[in-house]
This record gives sequence, structure tokens and C-alpha cells, in this order.
Amino acid sequence: MRLGFAWLMLAVGMTYFILPLVGLTEFSLSMRRGVYSFDAYAAVLADPRFRQTFSYSVVMALVTIVFGVLLVVPTAYWVRLKLPGLRPYVEFVTLLPLVIPAIVIVFGYIRLYNTSSWLPMTGSTTGTNLLLMFGYATLSLPYMYRAIDTGLRTIDVATLTEAAQSLGAGWVTILARVILPNVLVAVLSGAFVTFAIVIGEFTLAALLNRPAFGPYLQLMGANRAYEPMALAVIAFAITWACMGLIQLVTRFSKHTKAAR
Amino acid sequence: MAFLDIEHLEKSYGPTKVVKDFNLGVDKGEFVSFLGPSGCGKTTTLRMVAGFETPSQGAIRINGKDMLRLRPNQRNIGMVFQSYALFPNLTVAQNVAFGLKVSGADRGMIAERVAEMLETIGLPDLGSRYPFQLSGGQQQRVALARALAVRPQVLLLDEPLSALDAKIRVSLRGEIRAIQQKLGITTIYVTHDQEEALSMSDRIVVMHQGIADQVGTPFEIYNRPATRFVANFVGTLTLLEAEVLDAATGRVNIGGTEAVLGRELPGGNITLAARPEMVSLGPAPGRETELTGRIVEVDFLGSVVRLRAQIGQTVLAFDTFNSVTTIPPKVGDEVTLSLAASDLLLIGA
Amino acid sequence: MTAPSPAAARRRLPLNWIGIVPFVVFALLFLILPTMNIVLGAFRNAAGEATFANIRGLFTPSILASYWISIKISVASSLLGCAIGFGMAAAVVLGGLPRWIRSPVLTFSGVASNFAGVPLAFAFMATIGPRGLLTLWLLDQFGINLRVQGFTILSFWGLTITYVFFQIPLMILIIVPALDGLKREWKEAANILGASGRQYWLMVALPILFPSLLGTFALLFANAFGAVATAFALTGSSLSIVPILLFAQIRGDVLQDPHLGYALAFGMIVVTGVANGIYIWLRVRSERWLK
Repeated sequence: MRLGFAWLMLAVGMTYFILPLVGLTEFSLSMRRGVYSFDAYAAVLADPRFRQTFSYSVVMALVTIVFGVLLVVPTAYWVRLKLPGLRPYVEFVTLLPLVIPAIVIVFGYIRLYNTSSWLPMTGSTTGTNLLLMFGYATLSLPYMYRAIDTGLRTIDVATLTEAAQSLGAGWVTILARVILPNVLVAVLSGAFVTFAIVIGEFTLAALLNRPAFGPYLQLMGANRAYEPMALAVIAFAITWACMGLIQLVTRFSKHTKAAR
Repeated sequence: MAFLDIEHLEKSYGPTKVVKDFNLGVDKGEFVSFLGPSGCGKTTTLRMVAGFETPSQGAIRINGKDMLRLRPNQRNIGMVFQSYALFPNLTVAQNVAFGLKVSGADRGMIAERVAEMLETIGLPDLGSRYPFQLSGGQQQRVALARALAVRPQVLLLDEPLSALDAKIRVSLRGEIRAIQQKLGITTIYVTHDQEEALSMSDRIVVMHQGIADQVGTPFEIYNRPATRFVANFVGTLTLLEAEVLDAATGRVNIGGTEAVLGRELPGGNITLAARPEMVSLGPAPGRETELTGRIVEVDFLGSVVRLRAQIGQTVLAFDTFNSVTTIPPKVGDEVTLSLAASDLLLIGA
Repeated sequence: MTAPSPAAARRRLPLNWIGIVPFVVFALLFLILPTMNIVLGAFRNAAGEATFANIRGLFTPSILASYWISIKISVASSLLGCAIGFGMAAAVVLGGLPRWIRSPVLTFSGVASNFAGVPLAFAFMATIGPRGLLTLWLLDQFGINLRVQGFTILSFWGLTITYVFFQIPLMILIIVPALDGLKREWKEAANILGASGRQYWLMVALPILFPSLLGTFALLFANAFGAVATAFALTGSSLSIVPILLFAQIRGDVLQDPHLGYALAFGMIVVTGVANGIYIWLRVRSERWLK
């Protein structure tokens, strides 16, 4: 491919991407007629619902991450170590959330765990929150699992385990003090993706009627002109920051990892 | 004028000169190896002949025609890569036919030629297999067939056997040489394995840091190394420091023992080299110089026993053949070694 | 690890399986059972009997139109995403661009592919919506009135152009490794055998890439088909694509027949399932070649 054409291709592509972001930012700064101002941002930050829904989503994200790590790290580790034959099946399951649209999953939740079922999770606020968290964990499962599995692949799980066992460590110790620190980078990478997913997620939260950031965004979009743009810029900046942090963390770890 | 002429070839990447003033004339049908360690410039030189690298200076001519004006796909040169580089989406037959198909040859002719080539490499029934179904050795043979199918004027091979197991390497190199001789195709073979170079080539170019240290037949390269590097790189040898006592007759003092080399030597302190096969354990006819020492290492290699003995300050490496009746010496044994002083090599710079 | 004696093996095997129990329970409760519930529900009526009535109920004009428009948007955005994404990926990997371009492009693609949903909708509204930056600019500079031209963001093309925003990066992310996998030696081998650049691409590179390209197209299709949030935010409920329809169903807005909802969901699963199946099958095939 000739160099000039390559640059052209890249330029066209980047224009397509930059333009909406520019449009978004420009719009968000145009609240006050005639001048660029941060009025929209001020209005957003002053809105108590912003703070409520944002903190709700942040808390949910953190809880989801913790749960995800607690679920995926031992599972991926165990499969790698003891049940390698099951790996394709487990991987297939972790890819299902990518195939089955979120809306179908939440539909299933509502049908399965409503107040008249054997596990009435939607009957209470806590129950619904829990259900939402499980839903988030399901949505982020593909990314979490893939990140952690990749991380485990690069360390020799079997040998580390044997070494730890010969020194007298039990399973919890092995997981917490040997395996986890060595896959921390991968875990962080999965955590950041989860965070970005949860913050921006709409379908689950809307249909389960929880006060999350996603539905709040949509609500603002339906009712206001400028504030939603400011919100979108904020959301986008957060996602960027998460991804940027992932890149930073992985690059940093490459330098500190001993050359093989 | 040789069939393949390389004159004053140079290649620099920025300030680093990777190939310096390379000159070589290859006759038609000759098999020449470029031998050297990694980074010596042998692959770069090969790739310049192929056209994948542009020389900073110099000329390459095949049959009188200037190659540098031609792109790689116009030079009618065949190349075999270290990683085989078979097209994974094509069958063996389609791979071999590729060059012919690209040149627009007629279908019947292509089929004939492909069958002929598969017969030559000894895989006549594998035409419909895919590369991933073949072993490494088979893939490399197909790569060879593919390169030869278009009847190139020169064949280039870039460390083709490095990726293969030792046993396959040995059998395949014999096959490659046989096919090359049968077809009479001018060939350049790049390798870092001296055994390959010595056993296959009509001539060897030993390269070192971008320069051709020596060009010669395998016999010459091994027995009359021109530089210290060539002597060290090809075969095993032990360096012996000696003081010249009489330059005319070649009388020297090697660590306390006197020996006469029987040829004229420069004066002062010189470096001599002994190959393992020059040294015998115990006295031997024709080997008048005797040295005493203590065994420091014994490597039982099967048919050959490689020993190292401490003689004064030097450790001398030498071989003996395995004998059913004689047990090799042990570490610590005092031994007498004999050699013919006239065998010793004088090592230049 | 030494092989255990048969008795010990029998004892150990159940223990091994315990380690996977939490995951199995989680997957069952929150992924498999809900999905199965929907799938089975699609084939049951209110009385609990097996029936195809719900599936048949899908074949009404309005619902079929809904599926059709979803498919059209998914195909269109996937084709555009594939074409442009491939172009950009090829530019970065093979185009001879400076080495430092690659990492930022991949990072950006990683971010942009997740920038779906509501914020994306807003960004496009701000750009090509009625009061959007580009809309106004076109009006001011060239006198082109998009609305008069028949374009509005609440339409097939509006949605497609918006979807392309996360389709292109997804394509880039998946295709760049495939392009990396094109060994330099293949190009050189083709070259020295007499092939031109074009012949190399037609006879070697594109055939090698084809499973990845097709597979990624399938993945992009599934991705677009399932996207709810973006569509909802952009169109409210006005554009009747399937996810919106299902959304309304669940909310209880429109029809009061939950089993139709099941059928809708089941239909979605079938479409995305087939598309993903194609993707996986093609990936496995291409990986086998490139062993």
C-alpha cells in the first residue's frame, strides 16, 4: 500500500472519529447563547441527581469488579491447573454474553427472579441491586475472563503452585499471595474495562429500574439540550481515562517484567 | 566474467556498515556457501542479490545483465526461505505452480512441470495436501520445488535447514546438493552451520563483520585458514603461542618444547594452531614432536573421543577414535601427546 | 505430577470439580437459566403447553419489518465498518506509516469500540442532528439543508452512520492481528516467483485474510444487531428495530403478550447466535491454516 494512500486513509478515518467528538464538545460548551462557556457542565455538576446516579454507578462498578475478580481468578486458575480439558467449554460460556444481547439477559432476569418466582430478587431494593450487579458481572465476564486468562498464560501456573505447596501454602494463600499478584496487571486491565462498561450501561439498569448513570444520561437526553452533551463528554473522558490507564499499566509492567 | 558477478557490494543502515566491499564471482552451476555467525552480513548480501535490499554501492550482474535495475519479480531468481514461506491457502501443487501461474503459462504445461518437480523432490503423492499437513522437512522440499519450477538462473537459499531437527537436516542437505548437481543450477547457500557448508559446497565464503574473510574450497578453508577468525570459526582448534628460534628452518619454542616446522616463518612471537586430528595420544609414527600434559576433560562422543589436556599454560584439544580394546584416559591422567610440527597452522591476524 | 493410583484418582476427581462450582452456579443462575427461560418461553403459551404460536406470531408484517430494518442497519454498518476499518488497519500495519502511529490508533480503537450507547448517540446528535455542528456548517457554507435533502438522524442512515463509529474500531482491533500474521516472507516469496503486488494480494493475502474478514463481518453484524442503548437514545422508540421492540415489550408499553416478547428475544438470539457461530467457525478454520 503506497504511503500517500495510507496517510489519506488514516486521515479520513480519524476525521470521521474526531468530528462527532468535536461536535459533542462544541455543543456542550454552547449553553450560553453566543459564547462558549462551561454553563452546561456547571448545571450538570450542580444537579443532585448527577451526583446520586454517578456515585451509584461507581459503587456498583467497584462491587462488580471485586465480585468479578473473586469469581474469575480462582476459576481461570483452577481450570488451567486441574481441568484443562474443560477450558474450551468454559471459554465458550464466557463468550455467551457477547452473543446473547443484554436486553435478552435482563428479560430473562425479570422473568426468572421476579416476585412470584423461587428466588424473588426483584422484590427488594437490595435484591434488585444484587441482581443488577450479577448482570453487570455477566456483561463484563468475557473481558474479565479473557484478560485474566491471558495473564495466567504468561506465568507458569503449575510450577508456581507446586513451589508454593511444597513450602506449605494452602489454596487461599496460593491464590491470594502467589497467583493474584502475578496477574495483577491483567486483573487491572479487566477491571478498567468493567468500570467503563458499568458506568455507561443502560439496558440493564433501565429495565431493572435502578438509579444508575446510564438511564440518567438517557433521561437528560430526552429532556434537555446542552446538559446531556456535557454529561457525554464527561462519560467519554472517563472511558478514555480507563483505557489510557490500561495501556499505561500494561506498558509499565512490560518494563518491570524480567526479560525472558 | 563469471556467471554471477558481485562487485564492491556495500550496504549501510545509517552510520552502520553491514556489508563492506564484498566481491565474488560465481561460475555457472557452482554451489557457493556464505558461512558466518549471526550479524556477519551473509543474509543481507543474499537479499541484495535477490533484490529485497538495495545496495548502498556496488554492482550485481547475472550473465552480464545488470540486476540492480530490476525488481525482485523481474530477476528470475529462485529463493528458499528459512521459514519455508509456503502459501498456507494453497495446496502443495498450487504452491509449486505459483510462479508458473503468475507468468501466465498454459495449464497443461503447468501440471506437467508440477508433477516433474514433485517427482524430483520425492513427494509425488502429496500434491493435494496443504502446508499445515506436512512436516518441516516436507515443507522445505516443497519450497525448493516451488523455487525451481520456474527454472531460475540462480538459486538462493537462506538458512533453509536451521528450523529443522538435526537428523532431517543431515538427510535433507544431501538431497538438496544432489538436486542442485543434477539440475546444474548456480546456487548461493547461506548458513551458520559449518558442517553444512563444508559438506555441500564447491566453494565457501567465510564472512565476518561484513567482510569476506576468505573464499576457497572446503579443503582450503579448513586446512589453510587465512585469518584467525576463519581458523576459529571452522572446526575446532587450539591456539599455541610460540617463539621463533630460527626463522629459516622454522624452529620454534612452544612452551618449553622445541619443534621444527620445516618452513619459513616470520620472526618473533607467533601464534600456531593445532587441529584435534593432528594430535595423537602417545607416540605415533611421523609425529616427532612430543608434549606432556594432564587430562582435564574427556568427552565420549561415540566413535570419537574428544580430550583436552593441560600442557603448560595451554589446554590442547585433540581427538582419538574409540577403540573397543582401549579405555580412554581419565581426568587427571598424565599423558604424552605427539604431533607433526609441520602440520601446525600459522595463524595470521 | 505423578499419576495417582486408581483409588486416589476416584477420590480426587470430585474434588477437582469443586473448584469450578462457583463459576458454574453463577453461569447457570445469571446467564444460562435466564436465556433458557426465554428460549423455552418462546415455545410455550400462557397455559404452559408447547406451541409454535409465538414463533408464528413473529411473522406479522410489522415485526418482520422490524427484523428487516435491524438486519439492514446491521449489514450496512458492518459493511462500512469492515471496509473503512480494513483500510485503516492496512494503512497502519502495511502502509509504511511511522512505527509510533500504531499504538495510539490501537488504543483509540479500544476506547472507541466501547463508546457505544447513550453518549455516542449524543455525540452524533450534536454533529449531524437538526442543530448539529456539521448540519449547521453545511447550511452556512454550502447552503445544503440536510433536512430538505431527506436526511435526519432518526433514520436508517442516521443510525447506520452512528453505529459505524464503534464498528470501525472493532474491525481494526480484530483485523490488525490478522494483518500482523501476514508473514513478510510470503510477500517476498510471491515477489521473487514473479508476482506483482496486486497478484500477491489477489492470490495469497486476501484468500488468507478472507476467513478473518468474513468472520469479523459476522461479529460486527451481531454487535450492531444487539445494540439497544444507542438506538434508544437516538430514536426514542420511534424507529422500530428489534431491540427497541423488545425493550418496549419488557417495559410493558405496547403489547401485553409476554410470550411474544420471548419469541422476539429468541429471534434475536438466533440471529446473533448464527452470526457469532459463523465468526467462530471461520476463525477456527483460518487458525488451522496458519498453524
